[in-house]
Amino acid sequence: MGRTLAQKVYEQHVVRRTAGEPDLLYIDLHLVHEVTSPQAFDGLRAAGRTVRRPDLTMATEDHNVPTLDILSPIADPISRAQVDALRRNAAEFGIRLAPMGDRDQGIVHVIGPQLGLTQPGMTIVCGDSHTSTHGAFGALAFGIGTSEVEHVLATQTLPQLSAKQMAVTVDGELPPGVSAKDVILAVIAQIGTGGGQGHVIEYRGSAIQALSMEARMTICNMSIEAGARAGLIAPDQTTFDFLAGRPHAPQGADWDAAVAHWSTLTTDDDAVFDHEVHIDAASLTPYVTWGTNPGQGLPIDASVPDPATIADENERRAAESALAYMGLTAGTPLREIDVDTVFLGSCTNGRIEDLRVAAALLKGKHVDASTRMLVVPGSVQVKLQAEAEGLDQVFLDAGAEWRGAGCSMCLGMNPDQLKPGERAASTSNRNFQGRQGKGGRTHLVSPAVAAATALTGRLTAPADLPDAPIPAGV
Amino acid sequence: MDAFTTHTGTAAPLRRSNVDTDQIIPAEYLKRITRTGFEDGLFVAWRTNEPDFVLNQPQYADASILVAGPDFGTGSSREHAVWALLDGGFRVVISSRFADIFKNNSTKSGLLTVLMSEPDVEALWATIEADPATPVTVDLRAEQVTYGAVTVPFEVDPYTRWRLLEGLDDVGLTERHLDDITAFEAARPAWLPRSLPALPA
Ligand code: SF4
Repeated sequence: MGRTLAQKVYEQHVVRRTAGEPDLLYIDLHLVHEVTSPQAFDGLRAAGRTVRRPDLTMATEDHNVPTLDILSPIADPISRAQVDALRRNAAEFGIRLAPMGDRDQGIVHVIGPQLGLTQPGMTIVCGDSHTSTHGAFGALAFGIGTSEVEHVLATQTLPQLSAKQMAVTVDGELPPGVSAKDVILAVIAQIGTGGGQGHVIEYRGSAIQALSMEARMTICNMSIEAGARAGLIAPDQTTFDFLAGRPHAPQGADWDAAVAHWSTLTTDDDAVFDHEVHIDAASLTPYVTWGTNPGQGLPIDASVPDPATIADENERRAAESALAYMGLTAGTPLREIDVDTVFLGSCTNGRIEDLRVAAALLKGKHVDASTRMLVVPGSVQVKLQAEAEGLDQVFLDAGAEWRGAGCSMCLGMNPDQLKPGERAASTSNRNFQGRQGKGGRTHLVSPAVAAATALTGRLTAPADLPDAPIPAGV
Repeated sequence: MDAFTTHTGTAAPLRRSNVDTDQIIPAEYLKRITRTGFEDGLFVAWRTNEPDFVLNQPQYADASILVAGPDFGTGSSREHAVWALLDGGFRVVISSRFADIFKNNSTKSGLLTVLMSEPDVEALWATIEADPATPVTVDLRAEQVTYGAVTVPFEVDPYTRWRLLEGLDDVGLTERHLDDITAFEAARPAWLPRSLPALPA
């Protein structure tokens, strides 16, 4: 029987296999950030262990970093202590760190691909659930907990049990104004937040193949919101073109050898998936979430659902509590929901392409008077690129705030937080209660919907705006 | 990590699905760099804002077994969620479905996650709501949960079960196979990327 792409990558990394034990899997790249690593380094020290492969490890500062005034010490002493701990640990164990102010600094899932450290066929882990982002390159990439971070630091391996295989096939062409974010929100709305549990998802089909690398990363990023631990897409010419010339991409004869290997990384025609989902791209519209988990999403044309109509008791109760938390009434058209804040950024939608789409919609216009818009590039490189293209000026002229790179309001570990009761349209990935600040209310949206919403102050699709430059389906 | 063999205690019914790790412990509590003291963040929003929240009810204050709705532990990979539950006095979480990373993390620190069918969870909820003092025993050796006259079998993969019963830490186990790791490394293609030396973007 044939094998899936994920199975091939997995098999190529088995160090040791013995009946009755998990496989020992080799890890090609370990990404580290300040939040989930301090206890792991303490564990190493306590046991007198070292980092086995500092050269396969890369650290950055992202979750706690302020997006204003980044060259001053962090004002919050606890955030500062956590960042300082990472700096000490990186220095002590010989790990490369991109600290605040460094030109490689940024959200961990943005900098790996940008540096060319993320490549097809690799195993990549990080103490962060959105490590699935790197699957866009055909890598097997998944989030781990702090104990596993310690395990990888010490041994460069992880004990693993093989996962089940799921295929999400998206065929056809995306309509104008519909983006990768809408695709993944639609997938999660369809299969639910537990739908991918125990599985690795491979995204396939003509609509996926047509996507840019940035868009593929957006999709793989949110695999975790569908319950899957990893999501991946077979590498192709788009992947190779993105990687060519990146600092850590192979060169010369190495490049040829690498491409030859990468080209073998496809699912066999006779491979069997445990679960298959099909989606017609042409049927998709911009999606927004109305509730407090990412599966609670609907096309923007819909209205807030009535929990009484939900048959499953758990789902109904979840919907009731979501509406209470979100301050929404069943039957309200989604387009009539006013927002206070628009957040454009995060490892889901904080890349250059996302900023370009939003800037095109904002150019020459002004953010609604009752709305604030925060634009946070995913990395310093994204910021510099955007500034070179003049996008920063477009945002500033439109009345948006242009910030430094980091996770920012995606989870509000830095000062960028929603106030209690404040409502946001956010390009991030989680609408959990309190995720963006205590009592804050989050609607997940695409960058195009975020920009359109900023202009009107209520949830808005780009096509709702007169003479807006509707982005081609991307 | 502490070994887990069998545990008897009272159980709290958490009738909620999709309890994500941001609810178990919000991000602001993750800034600590130590491994202990996370109980103050455990379910803090619900404990603060909902007087009726199950763990605010005195009859469940000493519960050490949490019986939750489906999809418990979704969201972030933060192992702090497991530490917060342990620090908050829980040794076992029962649910009909766990998020993968949470479940995996739980096995690293000796918090037992027990998978039980939805009807069995409903029956257990009904019992502990009727009598919160009902002792519930979770026996990992026998792989069964017992309360009153009810016995519900559960399964844990044999390797994880052995590790939990013995309280073994993974790093030590893996270090027995360093030769295999070294041999694997010798065969890796030379063109695979290295983060060092730093080549800036
Ligand atoms: S941007 Fe958000 S989801 Fe992504 S790594 Fe940062 S906190 Fe996590």
